[in-house]
Amino acid sequence: MLSANLSAIFYLISGVLFILALRGLSSPETSRQGNFFGILGMIIAITVTFLSIGNFSIGFVVVLIFLLIGGLIGAFIAYKIPMTAMPELVAGFHSLVGLAAVFVAIAAFLNPEAFNLGSPGNIKLGSLIEMSIGAAVGAITFSGSIIAFLKLQGIMSGSPITFKGQHPLNALILISIIVLTYLLCSTQSSNLFWILLTVSFLIGFLLIIPIGGADMPVVISMLNSYSGWAAAGIGFTLENTALIITGALVGSSGAILSYIMCKGMNRSFFNVILGGFGATEQSSSSQNKEQKPVKSGNADDAAFLMKNASSVIIVPGYGMAVAQAQHALREMVDTLKKNDINVSYAIHPVAGRMPGHMNVLLAEANVPYDEVFELEEINNDFANADVAFVIGANDVTNPVAKTDPQSPIYGMPVLDVEKCKSVLFVKRSLSPGYAGIDNDLFYKENTLMLFADAKKMTEDITKNL
Amino acid sequence: MEIDPFIFRLSIFILSIFIGYYVVWSVTPSLHTPLMSVTNAISSVIIVGAIIAGLAGNPDSVFNISSTFGFLAISLAAINIFGGFLVTQRMLAMYKKKKKEK
Repeated sequence: MLSANLSAIFYLISGVLFILALRGLSSPETSRQGNFFGILGMIIAITVTFLSIGNFSIGFVVVLIFLLIGGLIGAFIAYKIPMTAMPELVAGFHSLVGLAAVFVAIAAFLNPEAFNLGSPGNIKLGSLIEMSIGAAVGAITFSGSIIAFLKLQGIMSGSPITFKGQHPLNALILISIIVLTYLLCSTQSSNLFWILLTVSFLIGFLLIIPIGGADMPVVISMLNSYSGWAAAGIGFTLENTALIITGALVGSSGAILSYIMCKGMNRSFFNVILGGFGATEQSSSSQNKEQKPVKSGNADDAAFLMKNASSVIIVPGYGMAVAQAQHALREMVDTLKKNDINVSYAIHPVAGRMPGHMNVLLAEANVPYDEVFELEEINNDFANADVAFVIGANDVTNPVAKTDPQSPIYGMPVLDVEKCKSVLFVKRSLSPGYAGIDNDLFYKENTLMLFADAKKMTEDITKNL
Repeated sequence: MEIDPFIFRLSIFILSIFIGYYVVWSVTPSLHTPLMSVTNAISSVIIVGAIIAGLAGNPDSVFNISSTFGFLAISLAAINIFGGFLVTQRMLAMYKKKKKEK
Protein backbone atom coordinates (compact mmCIF):
# COMPACT_ATOMS: atom_id res chain seq x y z
CA MET A 1 0.00 0.00 0.00
CA LEU A 2 1.28 3.39 -1.02
CA SER A 3 1.53 6.09 1.63
CA ALA A 4 -0.74 9.10 1.22
CA ASN A 5 2.20 11.44 0.69
CA LEU A 6 3.84 9.27 -1.94
CA SER A 7 0.62 8.87 -3.91
CA ALA A 8 0.05 12.63 -3.72
CA ILE A 9 3.47 13.09 -5.33
CA PHE A 10 2.54 10.69 -8.11
CA TYR A 11 -0.76 12.49 -8.69
CA LEU A 12 1.23 15.71 -8.98
CA ILE A 13 3.50 14.07 -11.56
CA SER A 14 0.52 12.98 -13.62
CA GLY A 15 -0.89 16.51 -13.39
CA VAL A 16 2.40 17.86 -14.76
CA LEU A 17 2.32 15.29 -17.58
CA PHE A 18 -1.16 16.52 -18.52
CA ILE A 19 0.19 20.08 -18.73
CA LEU A 20 2.93 18.79 -21.06
CA ALA A 21 0.29 17.01 -23.13
CA LEU A 22 -1.41 20.31 -23.87
CA ARG A 23 1.92 22.07 -24.30
CA GLY A 24 2.82 19.60 -27.05
CA LEU A 25 -0.07 20.84 -29.15
CA SER A 26 1.72 24.14 -29.80
CA SER A 27 3.01 22.59 -33.02
CA PRO A 28 2.18 19.48 -35.04
CA GLU A 29 5.74 18.16 -34.65
CA THR A 30 5.60 18.01 -30.86
CA SER A 31 1.94 17.05 -30.64
CA ARG A 32 2.38 13.29 -30.88
CA GLN A 33 4.89 13.37 -28.04
CA GLY A 34 2.40 15.46 -26.06
CA ASN A 35 -0.28 12.85 -26.50
CA PHE A 36 2.14 10.24 -25.22
CA PHE A 37 2.72 12.33 -22.07
CA GLY A 38 -1.03 12.46 -21.58
CA ILE A 39 -1.33 8.68 -21.81
CA LEU A 40 1.58 8.24 -19.41
CA GLY A 41 -0.03 10.63 -16.92
CA MET A 42 -3.26 8.66 -17.07
CA ILE A 43 -1.50 5.33 -16.52
CA ILE A 44 0.33 6.74 -13.50
CA ALA A 45 -2.87 8.17 -11.99
CA ILE A 46 -4.79 4.90 -12.36
CA THR A 47 -1.96 2.68 -11.12
CA VAL A 48 -1.35 4.88 -8.09
CA THR A 49 -5.03 4.77 -7.20
CA PHE A 50 -5.01 0.96 -7.20
CA LEU A 51 -1.80 0.80 -5.18
CA SER A 52 -2.91 3.36 -2.60
CA ILE A 53 -6.16 1.51 -1.91
CA GLY A 54 -4.29 -1.78 -1.88
CA ASN A 55 -7.49 -3.81 -2.13
CA PHE A 56 -6.94 -6.59 -4.63
CA SER A 57 -9.92 -8.74 -3.72
CA ILE A 58 -12.90 -9.61 -5.89
CA GLY A 59 -13.77 -5.90 -6.15
CA PHE A 60 -10.51 -5.29 -7.99
CA VAL A 61 -11.44 -7.85 -10.62
CA VAL A 62 -14.83 -6.22 -11.11
CA VAL A 63 -13.19 -2.81 -11.48
CA LEU A 64 -10.84 -4.21 -14.13
CA ILE A 65 -13.75 -5.76 -15.99
CA PHE A 66 -15.65 -2.47 -16.13
CA LEU A 67 -12.46 -0.67 -17.11
CA LEU A 68 -11.92 -3.13 -19.93
CA ILE A 69 -15.51 -2.90 -21.19
CA GLY A 70 -15.29 0.90 -21.36
CA GLY A 71 -11.83 0.74 -22.89
CA LEU A 72 -12.91 -1.60 -25.65
CA ILE A 73 -15.94 0.52 -26.51
CA GLY A 74 -13.77 3.65 -26.53
CA ALA A 75 -11.08 2.09 -28.70
CA PHE A 76 -13.67 0.74 -31.10
CA ILE A 77 -15.28 4.18 -31.49
CA ALA A 78 -11.90 5.87 -31.89
CA TYR A 79 -10.94 3.64 -34.82
CA LYS A 80 -14.32 3.59 -36.54
CA ILE A 81 -15.36 7.23 -36.35
CA PRO A 82 -15.09 9.20 -39.62
CA MET A 83 -13.27 12.52 -39.31
CA THR A 84 -16.33 14.46 -40.45
CA ALA A 85 -18.15 13.22 -37.34
CA MET A 86 -15.57 14.71 -34.96
CA PRO A 87 -17.91 17.39 -33.53
CA GLU A 88 -20.52 14.78 -32.59
CA LEU A 89 -17.86 12.55 -31.09
CA VAL A 90 -16.44 15.31 -28.92
CA ALA A 91 -19.93 16.33 -27.77
CA GLY A 92 -20.65 12.70 -26.93
CA PHE A 93 -17.42 12.38 -24.98
CA HIS A 94 -18.24 15.52 -23.00
CA SER A 95 -21.53 14.03 -21.94
CA LEU A 96 -19.70 10.95 -20.64
CA VAL A 97 -17.30 13.04 -18.54
CA GLY A 98 -20.29 14.91 -17.13
CA LEU A 99 -22.17 11.72 -16.29
CA ALA A 100 -19.07 10.12 -14.76
CA ALA A 101 -18.68 13.19 -12.53
CA VAL A 102 -22.31 12.87 -11.46
CA PHE A 103 -21.91 9.17 -10.68
CA VAL A 104 -18.76 9.75 -8.64
CA ALA A 105 -20.55 12.49 -6.70
CA ILE A 106 -23.49 10.16 -6.04
CA ALA A 107 -21.15 7.39 -4.90
CA ALA A 108 -19.37 9.83 -2.59
CA PHE A 109 -22.65 11.13 -1.23
CA LEU A 110 -23.98 7.62 -0.48
CA ASN A 111 -20.75 6.26 0.91
CA PRO A 112 -18.69 9.18 2.24
CA GLU A 113 -16.60 6.90 4.48
CA ALA A 114 -14.86 5.45 1.43
CA PHE A 115 -13.57 8.92 0.58
CA ASN A 116 -12.84 10.02 4.19
CA LEU A 117 -15.53 12.67 4.02
CA GLY A 118 -17.48 11.79 7.17
CA SER A 119 -20.53 9.55 7.45
CA PRO A 120 -23.88 9.59 5.59
CA GLY A 121 -25.98 12.47 6.86
CA ASN A 122 -22.92 13.98 8.44
CA ILE A 123 -20.62 14.86 5.56
CA LYS A 124 -18.01 17.55 6.08
CA LEU A 125 -19.49 20.89 5.02
CA GLY A 126 -16.66 21.84 2.65
CA SER A 127 -16.78 18.44 0.92
CA LEU A 128 -20.52 18.64 0.56
CA ILE A 129 -20.31 22.04 -1.14
CA GLU A 130 -17.59 20.80 -3.51
CA MET A 131 -19.54 17.63 -4.20
CA SER A 132 -22.74 19.57 -5.00
CA ILE A 133 -20.89 21.89 -7.37
CA GLY A 134 -19.21 18.95 -9.10
CA ALA A 135 -22.49 17.07 -9.38
CA ALA A 136 -24.49 20.07 -10.63
CA VAL A 137 -21.91 21.13 -13.23
CA GLY A 138 -21.48 17.50 -14.27
CA ALA A 139 -25.22 17.12 -14.77
CA ILE A 140 -25.41 20.32 -16.82
CA THR A 141 -22.49 19.11 -18.94
CA PHE A 142 -24.21 15.78 -19.49
CA SER A 143 -27.64 16.97 -20.61
CA GLY A 144 -26.22 19.97 -22.50
CA SER A 145 -23.82 17.74 -24.43
CA ILE A 146 -26.59 15.28 -25.24
CA ILE A 147 -28.56 18.10 -26.87
CA ALA A 148 -25.46 19.35 -28.70
CA PHE A 149 -24.82 15.79 -29.89
CA LEU A 150 -28.40 15.35 -31.14
CA LYS A 151 -28.26 18.67 -32.98
CA LEU A 152 -24.91 17.90 -34.60
CA GLN A 153 -25.99 14.40 -35.52
CA GLY A 154 -29.09 15.86 -37.18
CA ILE A 155 -31.43 13.78 -35.02
CA MET A 156 -32.70 17.05 -33.59
CA SER A 157 -33.24 20.10 -35.76
CA GLY A 158 -30.28 22.47 -35.75
CA SER A 159 -32.51 25.51 -35.68
CA PRO A 160 -32.91 27.31 -32.38
CA ILE A 161 -35.86 26.30 -30.22
CA THR A 162 -37.23 29.29 -28.37
CA PHE A 163 -40.38 29.88 -26.37
CA LYS A 164 -41.87 32.68 -24.35
CA GLY A 165 -40.47 33.18 -20.88
CA GLN A 166 -37.42 31.06 -21.68
CA HIS A 167 -34.85 33.37 -20.14
CA PRO A 168 -36.80 34.09 -16.91
CA LEU A 169 -37.37 30.33 -16.54
CA ASN A 170 -33.67 29.58 -16.96
CA ALA A 171 -32.75 32.32 -14.51
CA LEU A 172 -35.23 30.91 -12.01
CA ILE A 173 -33.77 27.42 -12.34
CA LEU A 174 -30.22 28.70 -11.91
CA ILE A 175 -31.24 30.52 -8.74
CA SER A 176 -33.00 27.41 -7.48
CA ILE A 177 -29.76 25.44 -7.97
CA ILE A 178 -27.95 27.84 -5.66
CA VAL A 179 -30.77 27.72 -3.09
CA LEU A 180 -30.89 23.91 -3.26
CA THR A 181 -27.14 23.69 -2.74
CA TYR A 182 -27.45 25.92 0.31
CA LEU A 183 -30.34 23.89 1.75
CA LEU A 184 -28.58 20.62 0.99
CA CYS A 185 -25.52 21.76 2.90
CA SER A 186 -27.53 22.84 5.92
CA THR A 187 -29.83 19.80 6.09
CA GLN A 188 -27.74 17.01 4.47
CA SER A 189 -31.03 15.66 3.13
CA SER A 190 -30.55 13.07 0.40
CA ASN A 191 -33.88 14.09 -1.18
CA LEU A 192 -32.48 17.56 -1.82
CA PHE A 193 -29.41 15.98 -3.42
CA TRP A 194 -31.59 14.12 -5.95
CA ILE A 195 -33.67 17.24 -6.63
CA LEU A 196 -30.49 19.23 -7.20
CA LEU A 197 -29.33 16.65 -9.75
CA THR A 198 -32.69 16.61 -11.55
CA VAL A 199 -32.86 20.39 -11.77
CA SER A 200 -29.27 20.52 -13.07
CA PHE A 201 -30.05 17.99 -15.79
CA LEU A 202 -33.04 20.10 -16.75
CA ILE A 203 -31.13 23.38 -16.99
CA GLY A 204 -28.41 21.79 -19.14
CA PHE A 205 -31.12 20.75 -21.56
CA LEU A 206 -32.85 24.16 -21.54
CA LEU A 207 -29.60 26.09 -21.95
CA ILE A 208 -28.63 24.40 -25.21
CA ILE A 209 -31.95 24.05 -27.10
CA PRO A 210 -32.16 27.75 -28.09
CA ILE A 211 -28.69 27.69 -29.65
CA GLY A 212 -28.53 27.12 -33.40
CA GLY A 213 -26.37 24.71 -35.39
CA ALA A 214 -23.68 27.11 -36.55
CA ASP A 215 -23.12 28.34 -33.00
CA MET A 216 -22.06 24.82 -32.08
CA PRO A 217 -18.34 25.73 -32.05
CA VAL A 218 -19.07 27.97 -29.06
CA VAL A 219 -21.35 25.42 -27.41
CA ILE A 220 -18.87 22.57 -27.73
CA SER A 221 -16.05 24.70 -26.35
CA MET A 222 -18.26 25.85 -23.51
CA LEU A 223 -19.26 22.31 -22.59
CA ASN A 224 -15.59 21.35 -22.79
CA SER A 225 -14.96 24.03 -20.20
CA TYR A 226 -17.84 22.81 -17.99
CA SER A 227 -16.57 19.25 -18.04
CA GLY A 228 -13.30 20.64 -16.69
CA TRP A 229 -14.93 22.56 -13.86
CA ALA A 230 -16.99 19.49 -12.94
CA ALA A 231 -13.79 17.44 -12.75
CA ALA A 232 -12.15 20.12 -10.62
CA GLY A 233 -15.15 20.15 -8.25
CA ILE A 234 -14.84 16.40 -7.76
CA GLY A 235 -11.07 16.86 -7.44
CA PHE A 236 -11.60 19.11 -4.42
CA THR A 237 -13.97 16.57 -2.87
CA LEU A 238 -11.47 13.76 -3.34
CA GLU A 239 -8.54 16.01 -2.35
CA ASN A 240 -6.80 14.80 -5.48
CA THR A 241 -4.17 17.04 -7.08
CA ALA A 242 -4.20 15.37 -10.50
CA LEU A 243 -7.93 15.96 -10.78
CA ILE A 244 -7.72 19.58 -9.59
CA ILE A 245 -4.90 20.43 -12.02
CA THR A 246 -6.63 18.70 -14.93
CA GLY A 247 -9.98 20.29 -14.15
CA ALA A 248 -8.41 23.75 -14.12
CA LEU A 249 -6.52 23.07 -17.38
CA VAL A 250 -9.57 21.77 -19.21
CA GLY A 251 -11.79 24.46 -17.76
CA SER A 252 -9.57 27.28 -18.96
CA SER A 253 -8.91 25.55 -22.28
CA GLY A 254 -12.61 25.38 -23.06
CA ALA A 255 -13.13 28.96 -21.93
CA ILE A 256 -10.37 30.23 -24.24
CA LEU A 257 -11.75 28.27 -27.18
CA SER A 258 -15.23 29.72 -26.58
CA TYR A 259 -13.68 33.18 -26.49
CA ILE A 260 -11.83 32.61 -29.78
CA MET A 261 -15.00 31.31 -31.42
CA CYS A 262 -17.10 34.25 -30.19
CA LYS A 263 -14.48 36.66 -31.47
CA GLY A 264 -14.55 34.88 -34.83
CA MET A 265 -18.23 35.78 -35.05
CA ASN A 266 -17.89 39.21 -33.44
CA ARG A 267 -20.54 38.27 -30.92
CA SER A 268 -20.47 38.38 -27.16
CA PHE A 269 -20.55 35.16 -25.22
CA PHE A 270 -23.91 36.09 -23.70
CA ASN A 271 -25.37 36.80 -27.11
CA VAL A 272 -24.52 33.24 -28.16
CA ILE A 273 -25.69 31.67 -24.91
CA LEU A 274 -29.02 33.47 -24.94
CA GLY A 275 -29.48 31.92 -28.34
CA GLY A 276 -32.09 32.39 -31.02
CA PHE A 277 -29.60 33.86 -33.51
CA GLY A 278 -30.53 33.43 -37.16
CA ALA A 279 -34.18 32.80 -36.40
CA THR A 280 -35.32 36.42 -36.45
CA GLU A 281 -33.45 37.84 -39.41
CA GLN A 282 -34.65 35.31 -41.93
CA SER A 283 -37.99 37.07 -42.49
CA SER A 284 -36.49 40.48 -43.25
CA SER A 285 -34.06 39.19 -45.85
CA SER A 286 -36.71 37.35 -47.82
CA GLN A 287 -38.73 40.55 -48.24
CA ASN A 288 -36.16 42.59 -50.11
CA LYS A 289 -35.06 39.76 -52.31
CA GLU A 290 -35.43 41.34 -55.71
CA GLN A 291 -34.15 39.37 -58.64
CA LYS A 292 -30.50 40.24 -58.99
CA PRO A 293 -28.47 38.89 -61.89
CA VAL A 294 -26.23 35.99 -61.05
CA LYS A 295 -23.58 34.49 -63.25
CA SER A 296 -23.57 30.77 -63.02
CA GLY A 297 -21.23 28.36 -64.71
CA ASN A 298 -20.26 24.74 -65.00
CA ALA A 299 -17.19 22.67 -64.21
CA ASP A 300 -15.71 23.48 -67.62
CA ASP A 301 -15.77 27.23 -66.99
CA ALA A 302 -14.30 26.76 -63.53
CA ALA A 303 -11.51 24.56 -64.87
CA PHE A 304 -10.73 27.12 -67.57
CA LEU A 305 -10.49 29.93 -65.02
CA MET A 306 -8.25 27.99 -62.73
CA LYS A 307 -6.01 26.66 -65.46
CA ASN A 308 -5.19 30.21 -66.45
CA ALA A 309 -4.56 31.36 -62.89
CA SER A 310 -1.19 31.49 -61.26
CA SER A 311 -2.45 31.42 -57.69
CA VAL A 312 -5.61 29.95 -56.20
CA ILE A 313 -6.89 30.23 -52.63
CA ILE A 314 -9.32 27.62 -51.38
CA VAL A 315 -11.91 28.65 -48.78
CA PRO A 316 -13.52 25.56 -47.23
CA GLY A 317 -16.56 25.62 -44.96
CA TYR A 318 -19.08 23.37 -43.31
CA GLY A 319 -20.57 22.43 -46.70
CA MET A 320 -17.33 20.68 -47.59
CA ALA A 321 -17.66 18.52 -44.48
CA VAL A 322 -21.29 17.71 -45.27
CA ALA A 323 -20.46 16.71 -48.84
CA GLN A 324 -17.32 14.83 -47.69
CA ALA A 325 -15.52 16.69 -50.46
CA GLN A 326 -12.10 17.02 -48.80
CA HIS A 327 -10.50 14.14 -50.74
CA ALA A 328 -11.93 15.27 -54.07
CA LEU A 329 -10.71 18.75 -53.28
CA ARG A 330 -7.18 17.56 -52.61
CA GLU A 331 -7.14 15.71 -55.93
CA MET A 332 -8.22 18.87 -57.70
CA VAL A 333 -5.45 20.80 -55.96
CA ASP A 334 -2.89 18.14 -56.91
CA THR A 335 -3.85 18.60 -60.55
CA LEU A 336 -3.57 22.36 -60.21
CA LYS A 337 -0.14 22.04 -58.68
CA LYS A 338 1.02 19.87 -61.56
CA ASN A 339 0.18 22.84 -63.76
CA ASP A 340 2.47 25.02 -61.61
CA ILE A 341 -0.37 26.87 -59.96
CA ASN A 342 0.16 28.10 -56.43
CA VAL A 343 -2.53 26.82 -54.09
CA SER A 344 -3.17 27.67 -50.44
CA TYR A 345 -6.08 27.18 -48.08
CA ALA A 346 -7.75 29.90 -46.00
CA ILE A 347 -9.56 28.86 -42.84
CA HIS A 348 -11.94 31.10 -40.97
CA PRO A 349 -11.92 30.55 -37.17
CA VAL A 350 -15.58 29.50 -37.11
CA ALA A 351 -15.63 27.46 -40.32
CA GLY A 352 -17.27 24.13 -39.54
CA ARG A 353 -18.96 22.95 -36.40
CA MET A 354 -16.07 22.95 -33.94
CA PRO A 355 -12.74 24.71 -33.46
CA GLY A 356 -10.20 23.42 -35.97
CA HIS A 357 -12.78 21.29 -37.78
CA MET A 358 -11.57 22.22 -41.31
CA ASN A 359 -7.91 21.67 -40.43
CA VAL A 360 -8.59 18.10 -39.36
CA LEU A 361 -10.55 17.33 -42.52
CA LEU A 362 -7.81 18.74 -44.74
CA ALA A 363 -5.19 16.83 -42.77
CA GLU A 364 -7.24 13.69 -43.31
CA ALA A 365 -7.15 14.33 -47.05
CA ASN A 366 -3.34 14.54 -46.82
CA VAL A 367 -3.12 18.29 -47.26
CA PRO A 368 0.20 19.36 -45.71
CA TYR A 369 -0.52 21.66 -42.76
CA ASP A 370 1.94 24.29 -43.98
CA GLU A 371 -0.35 25.01 -46.94
CA VAL A 372 -3.24 25.81 -44.61
CA PHE A 373 -3.48 29.34 -43.23
CA GLU A 374 -5.55 31.16 -40.63
CA LEU A 375 -7.56 34.25 -41.45
CA GLU A 376 -4.99 36.82 -40.26
CA GLU A 377 -2.15 35.07 -42.03
CA ILE A 378 -3.72 34.94 -45.46
CA ASN A 379 -6.26 37.74 -45.67
CA ASN A 380 -3.87 40.14 -47.41
CA ASP A 381 -3.07 37.57 -50.07
CA PHE A 382 -6.53 37.59 -51.61
CA ALA A 383 -5.76 40.86 -53.39
CA ASN A 384 -2.89 39.19 -55.23
CA ALA A 385 -4.60 35.90 -55.94
CA ASP A 386 -6.28 35.11 -59.26
CA VAL A 387 -9.01 32.76 -58.13
CA ALA A 388 -10.74 32.19 -54.81
CA PHE A 389 -12.45 28.82 -54.69
CA VAL A 390 -15.17 28.94 -52.02
CA ILE A 391 -16.41 25.48 -51.20
CA GLY A 392 -19.18 25.12 -48.65
CA ALA A 393 -18.55 28.45 -46.92
CA ASN A 394 -20.86 31.43 -47.05
CA ASP A 395 -21.27 33.91 -44.18
CA VAL A 396 -17.53 33.98 -43.47
CA THR A 397 -16.91 35.51 -46.91
CA ASN A 398 -19.76 38.04 -46.88
CA PRO A 399 -18.38 41.55 -47.49
CA VAL A 400 -21.51 42.95 -45.83
CA ALA A 401 -19.78 42.37 -42.51
CA LYS A 402 -17.39 45.17 -43.44
CA THR A 403 -19.78 47.60 -45.13
CA ASP A 404 -23.29 47.47 -43.66
CA PRO A 405 -23.67 48.42 -39.98
CA GLN A 406 -27.29 47.21 -40.11
CA SER A 407 -26.27 43.67 -40.90
CA PRO A 408 -26.44 41.10 -38.08
CA ILE A 409 -22.92 39.98 -38.93
CA TYR A 410 -21.47 43.51 -39.11
CA GLY A 411 -18.01 43.61 -37.56
CA MET A 412 -17.40 39.90 -37.87
CA PRO A 413 -13.94 39.24 -39.31
CA VAL A 414 -14.41 37.88 -42.85
CA LEU A 415 -12.12 36.53 -45.54
CA ASP A 416 -11.52 39.22 -48.20
CA VAL A 417 -12.55 36.88 -50.98
CA GLU A 418 -14.04 39.70 -53.09
CA LYS A 419 -10.55 41.16 -53.63
CA CYS A 420 -9.57 38.21 -55.81
CA LYS A 421 -9.64 38.68 -59.59
CA SER A 422 -12.37 36.08 -59.78
CA VAL A 423 -14.37 34.10 -57.29
CA LEU A 424 -15.74 30.60 -57.77
CA PHE A 425 -18.57 29.74 -55.43
CA VAL A 426 -19.56 26.09 -55.08
CA LYS A 427 -23.00 26.01 -53.52
CA ARG A 428 -26.17 24.06 -53.97
CA SER A 429 -28.45 27.09 -54.25
CA LEU A 430 -28.59 30.82 -53.67
CA SER A 431 -30.12 30.31 -50.25
CA PRO A 432 -28.72 32.47 -47.47
CA GLY A 433 -26.32 30.97 -44.95
CA TYR A 434 -26.75 30.49 -41.27
CA ALA A 435 -27.03 34.18 -40.41
CA GLY A 436 -30.07 34.31 -42.69
CA ILE A 437 -28.70 37.11 -44.84
CA ASP A 438 -27.95 37.38 -48.51
CA ASN A 439 -24.33 37.28 -49.60
CA ASP A 440 -23.46 40.24 -51.87
CA LEU A 441 -20.63 38.22 -53.25
CA PHE A 442 -23.08 36.11 -55.29
CA TYR A 443 -24.00 39.11 -57.45
CA LYS A 444 -20.52 40.56 -58.02
CA GLU A 445 -19.23 40.95 -61.57
CA ASN A 446 -16.27 38.66 -61.01
CA THR A 447 -18.19 35.90 -59.22
CA LEU A 448 -19.09 32.66 -60.93
CA MET A 449 -21.60 30.50 -59.11
CA LEU A 450 -21.23 26.75 -59.47
CA PHE A 451 -24.54 25.23 -58.43
CA ALA A 452 -23.83 21.63 -57.52
CA ASP A 453 -22.91 19.25 -54.77
CA ALA A 454 -19.43 20.20 -53.57
CA LYS A 455 -17.93 16.76 -54.07
CA LYS A 456 -19.40 16.19 -57.50
CA MET A 457 -18.39 19.65 -58.73
CA THR A 458 -14.79 19.28 -57.54
CA GLU A 459 -14.52 15.90 -59.24
CA ASP A 460 -15.91 17.34 -62.47
CA ILE A 461 -13.47 20.24 -62.38
CA THR A 462 -10.58 17.84 -61.93
CA LYS A 463 -11.72 15.93 -65.01
CA ASN A 464 -11.81 19.14 -67.02
CA LEU A 465 -8.43 20.43 -65.94
CA MET B 1 -2.95 28.92 13.66
CA GLU B 2 -2.60 26.31 10.97
CA ILE B 3 -3.63 26.83 7.39
CA ASP B 4 -6.51 24.69 6.20
CA PRO B 5 -5.30 22.18 3.55
CA PHE B 6 -8.17 23.42 1.41
CA ILE B 7 -6.22 26.64 0.88
CA PHE B 8 -3.33 24.67 -0.60
CA ARG B 9 -5.64 22.88 -3.00
CA LEU B 10 -7.22 26.18 -3.91
CA SER B 11 -3.73 27.57 -4.64
CA ILE B 12 -2.97 24.62 -6.91
CA PHE B 13 -6.31 25.15 -8.65
CA ILE B 14 -5.83 28.88 -9.25
CA LEU B 15 -2.24 28.47 -10.45
CA SER B 16 -3.31 25.65 -12.78
CA ILE B 17 -5.93 27.91 -14.33
CA PHE B 18 -3.15 30.35 -15.16
CA ILE B 19 -0.93 27.59 -16.53
CA GLY B 20 -3.87 26.39 -18.62
CA TYR B 21 -4.47 29.91 -19.86
CA TYR B 22 -0.95 30.38 -21.16
CA VAL B 23 -0.48 26.85 -22.44
CA VAL B 24 -3.75 26.85 -24.38
CA TRP B 25 -3.09 30.24 -25.98
CA SER B 26 0.10 28.79 -27.41
CA VAL B 27 -1.79 25.92 -29.05
CA THR B 28 -1.82 26.44 -32.80
CA PRO B 29 -5.38 27.00 -34.14
CA SER B 30 -5.03 24.15 -36.62
CA LEU B 31 -4.79 21.75 -33.66
CA HIS B 32 -7.87 22.97 -31.84
CA THR B 33 -9.85 19.83 -32.59
CA PRO B 34 -7.17 17.51 -31.20
CA LEU B 35 -6.95 19.90 -28.24
CA MET B 36 -10.61 19.26 -27.48
CA SER B 37 -10.32 15.51 -27.80
CA VAL B 38 -7.21 15.34 -25.63
CA THR B 39 -8.73 17.56 -22.92
CA ASN B 40 -11.65 15.18 -23.03
CA ALA B 41 -9.35 12.27 -22.40
CA ILE B 42 -7.42 13.87 -19.57
CA SER B 43 -10.50 15.18 -17.77
CA SER B 44 -11.51 11.55 -17.48
CA VAL B 45 -8.83 11.21 -14.82
CA ILE B 46 -12.04 11.46 -12.77
CA ILE B 47 -11.84 7.68 -13.08
CA VAL B 48 -9.65 7.91 -9.95
CA GLY B 49 -12.75 8.81 -7.93
CA ALA B 50 -14.74 6.09 -9.65
CA ILE B 51 -12.14 3.46 -8.75
CA ILE B 52 -12.16 4.54 -5.10
CA ALA B 53 -15.95 4.26 -5.06
CA GLY B 54 -15.88 0.91 -6.83
CA LEU B 55 -13.37 -0.65 -4.46
CA ALA B 56 -15.13 0.65 -1.34
CA GLY B 57 -17.66 -2.19 -1.16
CA ASN B 58 -16.77 -5.01 1.25
CA PRO B 59 -16.02 -8.48 -0.15
CA ASP B 60 -19.46 -9.83 0.82
CA SER B 61 -21.36 -7.24 -1.17
CA VAL B 62 -19.28 -5.99 -4.08
CA PHE B 63 -22.30 -4.44 -5.72
CA ASN B 64 -23.82 -2.08 -3.17
CA ILE B 65 -25.46 1.08 -4.54
CA SER B 66 -22.46 3.32 -4.05
CA SER B 67 -19.93 0.98 -5.63
CA THR B 68 -22.29 0.24 -8.53
CA PHE B 69 -22.30 3.92 -9.38
CA GLY B 70 -18.53 3.71 -9.12
CA PHE B 71 -18.38 0.80 -11.58
CA LEU B 72 -20.61 2.58 -14.08
CA ALA B 73 -18.47 5.71 -13.81
CA ILE B 74 -15.37 3.58 -14.42
CA SER B 75 -16.79 2.34 -17.72
CA LEU B 76 -17.89 5.82 -18.82
CA ALA B 77 -14.51 7.34 -17.99
CA ALA B 78 -12.69 4.43 -19.64
CA ILE B 79 -14.61 4.99 -22.90
CA ASN B 80 -13.38 8.55 -22.80
CA ILE B 81 -9.80 7.75 -21.86
CA PHE B 82 -9.27 5.14 -24.55
CA GLY B 83 -11.48 6.84 -27.11
CA GLY B 84 -10.05 10.30 -26.44
CA PHE B 85 -6.36 9.42 -26.56
CA LEU B 86 -6.70 7.05 -29.51
CA VAL B 87 -8.74 9.40 -31.65
CA THR B 88 -6.29 12.21 -30.85
CA GLN B 89 -3.44 9.99 -31.92
CA ARG B 90 -5.29 9.11 -35.11
CA MET B 91 -5.82 12.77 -35.90
CA LEU B 92 -2.30 13.87 -35.06
CA ALA B 93 -0.87 11.15 -37.28
CA MET B 94 -2.57 12.86 -40.23
CA TYR B 95 -0.87 16.23 -39.80
CA LYS B 96 2.01 16.08 -42.23
CA LYS B 97 4.41 18.62 -43.57
CA LYS B 98 4.82 19.37 -47.24
CA LYS B 99 7.06 16.82 -48.90
CA LYS B 100 10.26 18.27 -50.26
CA GLU B 101 10.08 18.87 -54.00
CA LYS B 102 12.27 16.44 -55.86
